[in-house]
Amino acid sequence: MSTAAVPVGAAAARSGGSETWRHVRYVLAENPLTFAAFLCFLAIVATALVGPALVPYDPLASDTAAALSPPSLAHWFGTDQLGRDIFSRVIVATRLDLGIALAAVALSFVVGSFAGAWAGYRGGIADKVVGRFADTVMAFPLFVLAMGIVAALGNTVQNIVYATAVVNLPFYIRLARAEIVRLREAGFVEAAAISGNRPLGILVRHLYPNALPTLVVQASLNLGWALLNAAGLSFIGLGVRPPTPEWGIMVADGANFVVAGKWWIAAFPGLAIMGTALCFNFLGDGLRDLLDPTRRT
Amino acid sequence: MPADGARVVAKRIALGLANALPSLAGVVVITFILTRALPGDPAAYFAGPAATEEAVEQVRRTLGLDRPLPVQFLDYLRELARGDLGTSLTTGQPVLEEMAARLPASLELTLVALLLAGAIGIPLGVLAATRPGSLVDQACRVGTTVGVALPVFFTGVLLIYAFYFLLGWAPAPLGRLDPLLDPPQALTGFYVLDAILQGDPALAAEALRQLALPALALALVAMAPLARMTRASMLGVLGSEFVRTARALGLSRFQVLVVYAFRNALLPVLTTLGMTFSFLLGANVLVEKVFAWPGVGSYALEALIASDFAPVQGFVLIMGILYVLLNLAIDTLYAFVDPRVARGA
Amino acid sequence: MRPRSSGGSVGSAGAARSSSTDRLIASTACRARRVRLPFVRVLAAASLVAVTSACARDDAELAARRAHALLVVAETGPNSLDIHGVGANRQTYGLAWNVYDRLLTYGVKVDADGVATYDYTKLAPELAESWQVAPDGKSVTFRLRADALFHDGTAVTADDVKWSFDRAVSVGGFPTFQMKAGSLERPEQFEVLDPHTFVIHLDRADKLTLPDIAVPVPVIINAQLARRHATPDDPWAMRWLKNNAAGGGAYRVESWRPGQQTVYVRNDAWRSGPLPRLKRVVVREVPSASAQLALLTRGDADVVVGLAPHDIEQLVDAETATADVSVIAVPVENALQYLGMNVKQKPFDDVRVRRAVAYAIPYERILAAAMFGRGIPLWGGPPSPSAAWPQPSPYVEDLEKARALLAEAGYAGGFDTELSFDQGFATTNEPMALLIQEALGRIGVRVTVNKIPGANWRGALLRKDLPLVLNTFSGWLNYPDYFFFWAYHGQNAVFNTMSYQNPELDQAVDAARFESDQARYAEQVARFVEIAWSDVPRVPLFQPLQDVALRSEVRGYTYWFHRQLDFRSLYKENVHAG
Repeated sequence: MSTAAVPVGAAAARSGGSETWRHVRYVLAENPLTFAAFLCFLAIVATALVGPALVPYDPLASDTAAALSPPSLAHWFGTDQLGRDIFSRVIVATRLDLGIALAAVALSFVVGSFAGAWAGYRGGIADKVVGRFADTVMAFPLFVLAMGIVAALGNTVQNIVYATAVVNLPFYIRLARAEIVRLREAGFVEAAAISGNRPLGILVRHLYPNALPTLVVQASLNLGWALLNAAGLSFIGLGVRPPTPEWGIMVADGANFVVAGKWWIAAFPGLAIMGTALCFNFLGDGLRDLLDPTRRT
Repeated sequence: MPADGARVVAKRIALGLANALPSLAGVVVITFILTRALPGDPAAYFAGPAATEEAVEQVRRTLGLDRPLPVQFLDYLRELARGDLGTSLTTGQPVLEEMAARLPASLELTLVALLLAGAIGIPLGVLAATRPGSLVDQACRVGTTVGVALPVFFTGVLLIYAFYFLLGWAPAPLGRLDPLLDPPQALTGFYVLDAILQGDPALAAEALRQLALPALALALVAMAPLARMTRASMLGVLGSEFVRTARALGLSRFQVLVVYAFRNALLPVLTTLGMTFSFLLGANVLVEKVFAWPGVGSYALEALIASDFAPVQGFVLIMGILYVLLNLAIDTLYAFVDPRVARGA
Repeated sequence: MRPRSSGGSVGSAGAARSSSTDRLIASTACRARRVRLPFVRVLAAASLVAVTSACARDDAELAARRAHALLVVAETGPNSLDIHGVGANRQTYGLAWNVYDRLLTYGVKVDADGVATYDYTKLAPELAESWQVAPDGKSVTFRLRADALFHDGTAVTADDVKWSFDRAVSVGGFPTFQMKAGSLERPEQFEVLDPHTFVIHLDRADKLTLPDIAVPVPVIINAQLARRHATPDDPWAMRWLKNNAAGGGAYRVESWRPGQQTVYVRNDAWRSGPLPRLKRVVVREVPSASAQLALLTRGDADVVVGLAPHDIEQLVDAETATADVSVIAVPVENALQYLGMNVKQKPFDDVRVRRAVAYAIPYERILAAAMFGRGIPLWGGPPSPSAAWPQPSPYVEDLEKARALLAEAGYAGGFDTELSFDQGFATTNEPMALLIQEALGRIGVRVTVNKIPGANWRGALLRKDLPLVLNTFSGWLNYPDYFFFWAYHGQNAVFNTMSYQNPELDQAVDAARFESDQARYAEQVARFVEIAWSDVPRVPLFQPLQDVALRSEVRGYTYWFHRQLDFRSLYKENVHAG
């Protein structure tokens, strides 16, 4: 979605800007879900940023006298086995989980898309090598690969991020490569080449930005998956170290209590995961509608 | 399909296989490195809680873990060439045997889940495509996406709680069959199929009942991509020229929708089916843990936690092979669904 | 699930649609949908109905089979059929207990709560009808039962006994180690006098020899059968016996699917004790804790061993308990859960720091919140110890004292350290570790919690480099000197996780080990316990309970030190012995 080149005067700027804004409003109105998702996303980011300062209880403070109590006015989401307030823990965990998902996706996005773009543009050996690498990673059952990496390197937040990033790489590589291949025959590329730009310059300044929309959409869809991946790793015991609050671990711990009727320990973090993943997914859809209407589904 | 069409397809398969080999080689190497990099000492684990340093060293020598890594790798390759995937240290059984015994369990679960997801997701996608932008469409999107946004182990536990514990509709999550029943003769390894082939529909029904909850948990995850892709694909096709022509020519709605539109929309759906299948094979690990399902996922998970190399390597290798075969199968299916492929277009 | 981005268009799509075409498509498609989709749906529904209605398996038949079999649900099952094999797990001991005989067993007594437990002071005949200890205590003669048969019908002879004992002391690893605890060390000690007489020669009299013969390890294997499968490089038939049982015990292994289930059937020709009432026992492996509880409560499982404390509390608490399920709780003998401090590492080399930690621990809260009360408190005991074991230490939660001691040791500003535990026991150990972390934080000690996967745990313990450890230790032979020998003695066994070495304590333990006079023994025990309390290299937290949850109609449970189920005494009330 590229606007006019050089704004001539304020009026032109305003009209160029308001074009964009009108388009955005149009898409959002068409798609109430996207709008809702966007608001949700803002809410989640806000929670991650200021939540920890506003929570009623210290997420790490135990209160064994109040252990395993159901949701009430004192504890909105109830308490867990050690009497810790689940509401506070869920809110505080937002930062960590969001951070893991964003970091993992950002990492794989940057590395994968550059590698894929480079491979797509150069072709030849670079293409083959990168393609092979992507194929090899994809030949693993991805969750198992993530498990293996975290198990081998140790369960710290960084390793979870790396593992998730590695497992996600092939998608960006392939996508970027496909986009670049599609775009490199375009006229503007030829023009750029004729006017003396070096290959790397063409890639960075012309091709890559045009491939961005698709990649960004994929990234936003990926966020949900990255979150679920981290939760899954926590479930099998490869998650962050206790007592750090993290949604996945909270669900894993709470799962043991569900059959005994204490549903709230697992339910609320589970809903948090679900809500956030949903939000990311719909946001991704919205972004796609916004950036690349021809691909609207 | 014309004769040279068959040749084209055969060439595609051969090419696909050739392309896959380097990836498989990469899989073997990476798995080996990863499993050897696992912290922890299987020798200490197996020497038992009371072992002294010498006892552990002794066990290490017995297990061949004291040899340098490249030597161990060569040994591994040699065994692979013989078809020997090594022996699991935790269960003491040959990995190939255990994988062969457990793979049908995982495959049956995944296939049933896929069928379920397809049976619900694809019609849903078609429905949404025929009414784009409507409330139904939005509801369809929300519904399918919710399934994908749930952590699959969470879904599993909730399903057990709701349908087994509270409502009593589903049977006990004890695995593939009630422990007091004898499994059917192992022909395919798929209990439902084997029971039917054996002429015991009651047993087949029992097996299906045990499959219900875990398959549902997996299907919820698989439904969304299928529904979405069907919808996207159908939308695209329904707007195309040839569909308009077909309508204009007065063909019945059924013919237009099913014979022309759906078949053409099928291609990306097929690819998504394949991808979903391979994804489910990996996601099996979590569901198998929750439902005590004796499949390869839980097998690999326990081995991973025990730093037991052989099963993890075997699991990943076999999954890799399955993935390659799956892609080939989809490529071949393409040839049947889309005659242009066979023509080499 | 990442939907694959739609690369490339579908078919010949891409043409823009006008709104009129849209409406046309929508209306026609609508009607077509009504034709096509219901058809598909009806078909699906019909087949589902057909299949589920065919599922009417004969309920009466199933119920009958259930009534005569015991269905046990456990997280793990045996990983081998050979207790002498490398890496045999705990559940293999349970299998060996029921499928193989030993020369002796322990008697059974009923404790104060009416629960049957083994009596470690009384030895009872099993394969050996009678035995005689020589006056100097340096040999024991066993007379074997004449009518004992192995599962394959061959008679049990002293030759089988010798082969089995030779094997146990020769294979190395845990079995040999355990045999040594009773002074059973070399094949030369074992002698066959005649087909039904077996003699053990000892280097010195040891009160632990006979008790050691009744533990799961010295099983009597069908040597003839085993030898047929031995090879020159595998003289003890390790490979074959791993997957095949060659025993003569009360039960036979009908089928064994590792990782899934084991099925036992009664050996009707068993003569080494009263014939068991249960004909069939199925042990099913169900890794999910929630599933285990659900199964038991709904009656789809009869016995569950190893339910989490929280689930046990549900079954026991007056409000949530039902009459269908009962819980039998027995304190695990000679066992305690402890916090160990590595005395070779700063700052835990200073006894004041260790005492400070002992005063900082929130004992009551740990037992209440982490264990839901399923344990016997081991704190707040008398200042001078008795000879009982386990017994409470004199420490209590007293943060003031803790801070004072730390300051005295020069750590008023606190210090950083790491608390580790076995991830396999995270259900109980993690809440404990978190409470300890919080409490120590209050006296300035900053603790990171470290969950170590099972595979690495043993290795980590062996290396003895962990500063703070949460662990349990229990000894099979119920003597305090046995416990202290492995856990505190300067011989620095792997169980001495604190690397504690104190010659004074060693002296007392060594003396007690071979002491026969009761009064002197009690003195020595009190002595080494006192040193342990004063030096406090490990802080006892509580004595764990063995909780077994059963359907109320299951009777005859007997607690054994190995904590595995003994099927031989179990039966179902209201079911006629079949």
